[in-house]
Amino acid sequence: MAVRQNSQQKKAAGLISRRTNRLSPSGIRKFFDLLASMEGVISLGVGEPDFTTPWQIREQAIRSIEEGYTHYTSNLGMPELRKELSQHLKERCGVEYQSDGELLITVGVSEALDLAMRAILNPGDEVIMPDPCFVAYEACVILAEGEPVNVPTSRENSFELDAADVAARITDRTKAILLGFPANPTGAVMPREKLLAIAEVARRHRLMVVSDEIYDRLVYDGEHNYFASLPGMKDSTVFLGGFSKAYAMTGWRIGYAAASKEIIAAMTKIHQYTMMSASTMAQIAALEALRAGESDVLEMVADYNQRRKLIVKGLNDIGLTCFEPRGAFYAFPSIEITSMTSDEFSEKLLVEEKVAVVPGSAFGSCGEGYVRCCYATSLAEIEEALVRMKRFVNRHKKA
Amino acid sequence: MINKVLKILENDARVSPRQIATMTGISPAEVARLIKQAEADRTILKYKTLINWDKVEDEQVWALIEVKVTPEPEVGFDSIAERIAHLPQVRSVYLASGTYDLLLVVVDKSEHDIADFVSQKLSHLEGIQGTVTHFVLKRYKEDGEVLDKGAGEKRQPVVL
Repeated sequence: MAVRQNSQQKKAAGLISRRTNRLSPSGIRKFFDLLASMEGVISLGVGEPDFTTPWQIREQAIRSIEEGYTHYTSNLGMPELRKELSQHLKERCGVEYQSDGELLITVGVSEALDLAMRAILNPGDEVIMPDPCFVAYEACVILAEGEPVNVPTSRENSFELDAADVAARITDRTKAILLGFPANPTGAVMPREKLLAIAEVARRHRLMVVSDEIYDRLVYDGEHNYFASLPGMKDSTVFLGGFSKAYAMTGWRIGYAAASKEIIAAMTKIHQYTMMSASTMAQIAALEALRAGESDVLEMVADYNQRRKLIVKGLNDIGLTCFEPRGAFYAFPSIEITSMTSDEFSEKLLVEEKVAVVPGSAFGSCGEGYVRCCYATSLAEIEEALVRMKRFVNRHKKA
Repeated sequence: MINKVLKILENDARVSPRQIATMTGISPAEVARLIKQAEADRTILKYKTLINWDKVEDEQVWALIEVKVTPEPEVGFDSIAERIAHLPQVRSVYLASGTYDLLLVVVDKSEHDIADFVSQKLSHLEGIQGTVTHFVLKRYKEDGEVLDKGAGEKRQPVVL
């Protein structure tokens, strides 16, 4: 019996790949299951716009389905979309990407990130990234058999990444720096000077920079600085962008990578075997978004900005001190007024007051002591959530 | 600046001046002053609540009435439009381009009451050439609000 169990165990252990086993299971599975069993919860744990994709974008996609545009497109993505995107990026970022060879249409930034990692990493290559950061960053590096290297960020420096901290972690195995600004979960935006400092580190050590800029349009109080537009950075940057947040197109799964011909060719090689092409109707929708979606973007961003101010003030008033997030749609308040961990705080808040926030620890060890509150939800819900959180904090604050 | 304040209030009249101040970055004192000014000069006409009366048992019938009018010398349509506006059943009065002159939104207890209103009140007014009454059978969207939004929250409650 024991012998058979051992060989069964061996088989089970060998069934799943080592790199998959290396991935941390979701830090919030238990929390998510608890939430699913409850009713009447105000969720500040959402991670996408509450807006629906603007009607003219949806209509264009619907029409294309009716007219029979249901076949594959070029692996690289529809030529019209790439041409429009090339023009759009030239105007927005001041960087010229040739539509034939320097742009790849992907299944969301998610796929673009995965492709970038698989295209550039050899086993053991190190990728430097901020902590806390979006959960996919570490995962994509691990899946590409690379090694994630975390750089702590903190409230004291508004969760911005310091070039000196990056430089201190460079080894002869470092291949790339992975940036995600404006950031999920912190809402942090990197000022131009700090980006330039990172660019200098990348240049000096000949590192690639993979820059996830999905929240590029959701910047309040200033303009977004595109990493690829920094002097000399175009060729060493893999610029990942998309439509999910700016145009409320999360469910469409459509994004892009913009990089040098060599990188795009490598990413396309993987993409053509694994995905073939991004959804055709999503590409048609994205084309319409670029052509006609600008006024909708501006309206949505103005709306988020108002809610941002409301939630940040509200959280600070309660005692959940929150630095001012200048981008994305997340506030990242500290819970140090209580003596709970992020997990405890989130769970207790959910059970006692039916408000869902995401524990900051789900995004890295530097997220411990914080919770992520998404303000892409109605004014009324934000206000009610704040009322409930105030009650909760008053009950649980340290003496 | 006043536009930002008005847009917020038009969407939700319950938003307090304190909240408006936070959302817009305008000082609370300035917000209060702007609102007071707008109330005084009738930029803000009224604070109201949008009700879906179909959900409540209430006798209410809505009609859209096209009115053809003989315009008066010098005053044009203004005088007759103002006279019609005074009638309590009339919710809205618009001067519109097209095959008729005035469009009215009229609310009363029944079709019968609206028919009476048209034949006894409206048609008797001087200058009315003719009317066409359309009864509202079903409302799908009112003042920017879709009445039947279908399934509630479509988003996943937690997304990392």
